[in-house]
Amino acid sequence: MKTNNYLKLSGLEPLIFTPELNFVNIGERTNITGSKKFARLILDGNYDEALEVALDQVRGGAQILDVCMDEGMLDGEFAMNKFLNLIASEPEISRIPIMIDSSKWSIILAGLKCVQGKGIVNSISLKNGEEEFIQQAKTIKKFGAAVVVMAFDEKGQADTYERRIQICERSYRVLVDVVKFNPQDIIFDPNIFPVATGMEEHKRNALDFFLATKWIKENLPGAKVSGGVSNVSFSFRGNNPVREAMHAAFLYHAIHHGMDMGIVNPTMLEVYDDIPKDLLERVEDVLFDRKEDATERLLDFAETVKSSGKKEIANEAWRSDPVSKRIEHALVKGILDYIIEDTEEARLLLQNPLHVIEGPLMDGMNVVGDLFGEGKMFLPQVVKSARVMKKAVAYLEPFMPLPEEGQEASSLKKILLATVKGDVHDIGKNIVGVVLSCNSYQIIDLGVMVDAQKIIDEAIKSKVDIIGLSGLITPSLDEMVNVASEMERQGLTIPLLIGGATTSRIHTAVKIDPVYSGIVIHVTDASKSVPIAGETISEETKEPYKVKLKETYRQLRIEHEAKQSVKQLISYEEAKSNPVDIDWSTNTPVKPTQLGKTILEDLDLSVLRKYIDWTPFFSTWMLSGKYPKILEDPIIGLEAKKLFSDANEMLDQLIEERWISAKAVFGIFPVKRINDDALVFESNDSTNSIGKFHFLRQQGKKGKGVPNRSLADYIHPNQEDYLGCFAVTSGLGMETKLAEFQADGDDYNDILFKALADRLAEAAAEYVHELVRKEYWGYAKNESLDNESLVREEYLGIRPAPGYPACPEHSEKETIFNLLEVENSIGISLTSSYAMYPTSSVSGFYFGNPESKYFGLGKIGADQVASYAERKGISIREAERLLSPNLAYTPTLSISESVL
Amino acid sequence: MQNRTELLLQQLSKKILILDGAMGTMIQRYKLEENDFRTPDLKDHPKPLKGNNDLLSLSRPDIIKDIHREYLKAGADIIETNTFSGTSIAQEDYKLGHLAYAINFESAKIAREVADEFTLKNPNQPRFVAGAVGPTNRTASLSPDVNDPGYRAITFDQLAEAYAEQVNGLLDGGADIILVETIFDTLNAKAALFAIQDVFEKRGIPLDPKEGGIPIMISGTITDASGRTLSGQTTEAFLISVSHVPLLSVGLNCALGAKELRPYLKVLAQKAPFFVSAYPNAGLPNEFGQYDQGANEMADQVREFLKEGMLNILGGCCGTTPEHISALSTMAAGFQPRKLELNEVEEQLD
Repeated sequence: MKTNNYLKLSGLEPLIFTPELNFVNIGERTNITGSKKFARLILDGNYDEALEVALDQVRGGAQILDVCMDEGMLDGEFAMNKFLNLIASEPEISRIPIMIDSSKWSIILAGLKCVQGKGIVNSISLKNGEEEFIQQAKTIKKFGAAVVVMAFDEKGQADTYERRIQICERSYRVLVDVVKFNPQDIIFDPNIFPVATGMEEHKRNALDFFLATKWIKENLPGAKVSGGVSNVSFSFRGNNPVREAMHAAFLYHAIHHGMDMGIVNPTMLEVYDDIPKDLLERVEDVLFDRKEDATERLLDFAETVKSSGKKEIANEAWRSDPVSKRIEHALVKGILDYIIEDTEEARLLLQNPLHVIEGPLMDGMNVVGDLFGEGKMFLPQVVKSARVMKKAVAYLEPFMPLPEEGQEASSLKKILLATVKGDVHDIGKNIVGVVLSCNSYQIIDLGVMVDAQKIIDEAIKSKVDIIGLSGLITPSLDEMVNVASEMERQGLTIPLLIGGATTSRIHTAVKIDPVYSGIVIHVTDASKSVPIAGETISEETKEPYKVKLKETYRQLRIEHEAKQSVKQLISYEEAKSNPVDIDWSTNTPVKPTQLGKTILEDLDLSVLRKYIDWTPFFSTWMLSGKYPKILEDPIIGLEAKKLFSDANEMLDQLIEERWISAKAVFGIFPVKRINDDALVFESNDSTNSIGKFHFLRQQGKKGKGVPNRSLADYIHPNQEDYLGCFAVTSGLGMETKLAEFQADGDDYNDILFKALADRLAEAAAEYVHELVRKEYWGYAKNESLDNESLVREEYLGIRPAPGYPACPEHSEKETIFNLLEVENSIGISLTSSYAMYPTSSVSGFYFGNPESKYFGLGKIGADQVASYAERKGISIREAERLLSPNLAYTPTLSISESVL
Repeated sequence: MQNRTELLLQQLSKKILILDGAMGTMIQRYKLEENDFRTPDLKDHPKPLKGNNDLLSLSRPDIIKDIHREYLKAGADIIETNTFSGTSIAQEDYKLGHLAYAINFESAKIAREVADEFTLKNPNQPRFVAGAVGPTNRTASLSPDVNDPGYRAITFDQLAEAYAEQVNGLLDGGADIILVETIFDTLNAKAALFAIQDVFEKRGIPLDPKEGGIPIMISGTITDASGRTLSGQTTEAFLISVSHVPLLSVGLNCALGAKELRPYLKVLAQKAPFFVSAYPNAGLPNEFGQYDQGANEMADQVREFLKEGMLNILGGCCGTTPEHISALSTMAAGFQPRKLELNEVEEQLD
């Protein structure tokens, strides 16, 4: 039993510092002094979002979570207590150990009283003398935590090698001899200070840290070393290429000297081997204080990197590398220019096109996959890499020998991807496909609207290793359940991956997992698909992974069920008696300038362009941040800018060459409200209604003065009022161009085009809505808003869309489509699941009442479902199916309907 | 008198020590009425007291002594005091928080008396008293309100204070061991360990049993097949979280039967630098919430892990009776205890 010789920590799961662990990364975005965003969230009392920050850290690979609440405006003990208690309720976060970080002892104590696992206190020191140090160490020991000890004593912070080792040794002796602290639980922070500051006394800062680290590891048995790496490059703030290189080089050497853990921002880290040799040399000269003028030399170099760039230097250099290196470089950097000639050279060299693919090309893509997995590359870059790959493969294809009978052409694992029946959205699925293909998987993409049987037949025929299902709209959730149960019925055991915007872990756990006995797993985003696919396929991990997943989902189901019973709902009757309180005496419905249906053929794309909301465009590419600020973001700004310029270039071309056309149809009709429904009439004097809309009402228990909203509330309860509806599309004619991109294997432009068409459809909706407000309905004739204000929805009235939070039930689209004869008028059709084709389309309602606001319906009870079914003239079963994401209860299935 | 800790360590090196079985199951057999739970002082107590088993140590010590005797007769080396719900926090359910100290003191005293009786009769088998410290009915790291996950019904400080009172009562009454058991929330257990360290410090008792300290046993509860405690920790994470105190033993009890407990016990057997204990339930409860696993069936299941040398201390939890303990005791006599091969060289620092 030699297990006592490692530092052992725990959250819900253990973290043991075995030598194989190499270096442990501490997440610090939950440190209020280090993260502006986190500070703002905590100061605003927005703990829910603050929790998301913690979750991001864990998902980003943090192995320990540093929590710090040191902020003058804050009751630090309260905040520490509250945040740690919330973390305890999130198993995904509390899985890892907590580092309780504070310079105030009372906050440390408050933190220690909240963690059930063995965490780390950060930090104590001899700053105020031995007595306090001993007292604090004894208390920490009683709580069973490890401790970070700063190299700090009565005289101040250690800033030389000698002071560092002297203070650390003294601290160690007191801890081990007097306090009887477990030496494994002692972690020293020997102070990482900036270098290349121009000041003589800072020259040895890095070197002294390395040497002190080495000394500690050799002379203080059991003790560990930690530190905050980004300090070292402090004097190069604003010059990320140099900072990244410095961090990488510092970390590389610090780990070599024995550093065990630390705070490193993975997005601010270059790969050590990828640091250009000349830059590396200058950085290392500085770190090791090797040259008298090391700082000047690095500063000079930094100027060139900053201004015109790394790229230029690199551009010259990489062409003289060996061919496999060149291919790797082209893949990592997404450079198409030389790929054909390099591929040809490799083909002649290796004498076999297959060897080129499985050799240099796949190796290069693996590098891309790794960099992406480590958060060092971003999605647009990866998609460009894939474009280079496809071009190379396409070049090689004519040279490939025909596969011999009975012999597999390739050893690659196969993954089948499909967007399920009734759904036509595929951007997300394509991104997953690209990312997976960067990681040595062969992708069989069946496209959109794929029937369950087709998926199963193809899976069996091609002997795929994984099936991935995607879908964007809520009815697709049911179809996924159907595919899973068909797979079960037909005896498949192939792992099933579930992804797409409306899918969720909880839905997967409650609805899909129980009907399929093979692995079922929900994938949150493309970057997660790689490790998941790996675990699912590997012979070693497959079984334990499956057991773990099944158990996790079983637990989720139990928790879900437990939550069901306690969710606070009021009855539908009560909800109806608490509507939005509108004073109709001062709020008279405005009679539209033009009643009835209007078609706008051929909207001007160059006008629509000005209405584009760019923020969601970036998030399609997994770049999160608000436009235009995102372009200046220190981490992703560069990539965002590149993407933005590519997008605008394509927009220019798309408008110039008329790749697509955009159309709209809308109508404003007299309506009569009957409870939560609205009867639609052709004109003011007609008596026969031409349609009926059914709205839903919030049923959650509300606080005093908060209404249970329904869209129906925005319609006058007993006088004549008006309601508009619309459909717009900008996806007409896309196929030609898409086919071109596909023939080229150009996923980058394929995704870019689809994402732009989506944005143009939204822009068209925005533009037409403005026309309606100002002219066709005319209730806001004098409105004058810029695009930013439009994005912020500062206008009067709303345009909620069926399938979205205020009216989540998709089938209401059918009524809109009938009223406006959408298919005949502008060519959008509805699928069986009420998805619109072309996908770049938007439909919805116009509410003109100035009091109308967006809201989320939330969960509803069986009473409202029954009423809805009756009003709509459908069965309760059907209503439950349509409303399944919003049901506050689990509908009872009849025996024939339940699968198991 | 010989130092009892030394004696206990000596016994542990020789054999698998037997812990007693369920107290509640035995009390049920007496079919007690409200009156049995009322001491003269409590005859006008406004709350019903039936079911407050710990209170019987004050109102019917004769029954508690009898039950202890039955277990000692069945072969138990260690008996647990009747104090599972003996904290002021748990007693406050009956508005009897003020009796916490007395309950612990008297319970330990009764157990001490009976144990000494048996030791005197047969000095070759010395008997020990473990002061039972239960989990209380509140959790420090879980919210009872699903709508407010940050809420806690109890704080670390409140727990530590209540535990300190309980431990003082148990020690004053003569307990040889402190046994923190049925841990479903490790933070509660850490509060108990914090309190124990405080109490020991104040009373001048060394923490390490090897230095003559009063031994501390820890026993966690794996709630179900997820392999985790109610508060979500894996067995190994639980072990790490309580290893800062030089424990006599770490182990598992309750919730599961012997067969179900085995994989998690194995983790402890492989990783714990302490002795390992287990006292499973008599199987899993049937649909009426009763335990119907017989003594022999349980012994058969336990035999599997004794064969692998996984245990040092063995007993029974819910549903077990003197028959079970007798079967376990007879069976365990044929096996060697788990070896605690702490590598002393490696543990040495300089």
